[in-house]
Amino acid sequence: MKYDAQDCELVAKAQLTATIYDFRLKNPALAAITRPGQFVQVLVPSKTLRRPISVCDVEGDVLRLVFEVRGEGTALLAQTKVGEIINLIAPLGHGFTLEPDKKTIFVGGGIGVPPLLYSAKQCGQNAIVINGFRQRSAVILEDDFRQAVGQLILTTDDGSYGLPGFVTQPLEELLPQADRICACGPMPMLKNIAKLAQQYHVPCEVSLEQRMACGIGACLGCAVAVKEADGRVIYRHVCKDGPVFDSQCVAWDGEKPQPVTSNTPDKKPNEKEGQ
Amino acid sequence: MADLSVKIAGVSFKNPLIAASGTIGFGREYREFYPLSVFGGISCKGTTLHERPGNPPPRIAETPMGMLNAVGLQNPGVQHFIEEDLPWLKQQDTVAIANVAGSTAEDYCQTVELLSETDIDMIELNISCPNVKEGGVQFGTSCDSAAAITKAVRRHCKKPLIIKLSPNVADIASIAQAVESEGADAVSLINTLTGMRIDIRTRRPIITNNTGGLSGPAVFPVAVRMVWQVKNAVQIPVIGMGGITTWQDAVEMLIAGADALQIGTALFTDPYAPVKINEGLNRYLDENGLTSVTELTHTIQPYG
Repeated sequence: MKYDAQDCELVAKAQLTATIYDFRLKNPALAAITRPGQFVQVLVPSKTLRRPISVCDVEGDVLRLVFEVRGEGTALLAQTKVGEIINLIAPLGHGFTLEPDKKTIFVGGGIGVPPLLYSAKQCGQNAIVINGFRQRSAVILEDDFRQAVGQLILTTDDGSYGLPGFVTQPLEELLPQADRICACGPMPMLKNIAKLAQQYHVPCEVSLEQRMACGIGACLGCAVAVKEADGRVIYRHVCKDGPVFDSQCVAWDGEKPQPVTSNTPDKKPNEKEGQ
Repeated sequence: MADLSVKIAGVSFKNPLIAASGTIGFGREYREFYPLSVFGGISCKGTTLHERPGNPPPRIAETPMGMLNAVGLQNPGVQHFIEEDLPWLKQQDTVAIANVAGSTAEDYCQTVELLSETDIDMIELNISCPNVKEGGVQFGTSCDSAAAITKAVRRHCKKPLIIKLSPNVADIASIAQAVESEGADAVSLINTLTGMRIDIRTRRPIITNNTGGLSGPAVFPVAVRMVWQVKNAVQIPVIGMGGITTWQDAVEMLIAGADALQIGTALFTDPYAPVKINEGLNRYLDENGLTSVTELTHTIQPYG
């Protein structure tokens, strides 16, 4: 089985900040096949679209999801009570390329922090984690990361906890000793990380998000512009081709695919004719 | 066990549920959940003469009891479909329907001509995509243009031809009559209703295309009304769609006048919706002493 719709029991629930919730969902079969960096599509009663949420961790038979209340759907989800059933389509997408014996830097920003935990755990003492937040009250999962990885660095934009400023400052200092970077967070942060990675020639992967419908690659809703090896820009899809992408392939500067406008079916796709 | 099979334009479907174009790609991803023979047929992703990149993201927004999409006909082009997807789909024990879109009448005709030489079972002409400037809806919004494109394509089409109608018109029944008179073998309706959502903090539309097509339970009553009006106006089979989510919706759409059904958005909420709809439909037919689903079509008893 690659993925399926399956019921899970909410076995534990915690609130980590004013807007962030921590759900533990029991489903042994699903927990057994879920890989680090994958995501699930959560059914929210009365909503048409499921909500894509990254897997934060797998603990035995239990899947851990840490999500932020952003709108009506996630607000409804947050009201689920312990003992109730939640339906997931899972596991979905593919995660980071992990080489546990290599020095790997994980960089998370805000709600981009939880999707890194399960991956960072795989690298254990070889994982250096840099997690950035707006301010002290937004800091999450500090103990979880500290117990699981070699080094944890926290930053806050306002300097109220950890190092003041953005994640890119400590990242740049550590990059010379890094073999690989895995990052998840806001797009401007990821773009800056991708730039640094290119500068220091360190392989870097980023986990992206996009508004999604089917979650499995059928509807083509969750498009992301990526550069192919030949330089051509095309739309790939976060659900099926991601959520993790090579940072050097992402079209960070808003490049868009060129429409094909030729009149015969034989023309090569990148051969343009008048518009 | 009642007989769920239907015949549309000479093509036999083992049940009346067809996967709606654009929601299931070419079928491969839903094959992970169940054999595609769960569906009577599959209407493939809208296909154009050449590859199309689609619209910039975001392409999707949730709405009350529904969703907006503006995917913009992203597809690999008809040659790719014929070579890579059709041979696989033909092995899945379900009716294979190609959905064709285009910018010009020549595009439509060339694409249909290429498909006519394959073993595709039917062709659904999409003259109702609301999400691209030149995606065919310009052909679908007046009787004259709908008749003209049907007439032009008919000459090149050796397969049973379904015309997929837009609900973004004043009188859908007249358009259905216009395409019937030019040789359409069936009509399918409704495509999505043009809609819009705006983020009140940024004052920007949620979808980069600004507008998108509304689908899901929210459009169901509009679809039921239009299917009823069209069924009253034409002799050719009517394929009803628009927000069908439960078996009760399916029964209602059949009673309104549908000879077959399409479901799409419901798959996103529950991939197993088609399995549940077929089970419920079967039970309803048994409980009401009906031996065939065809006995239900257009049995509405409207007020005078």
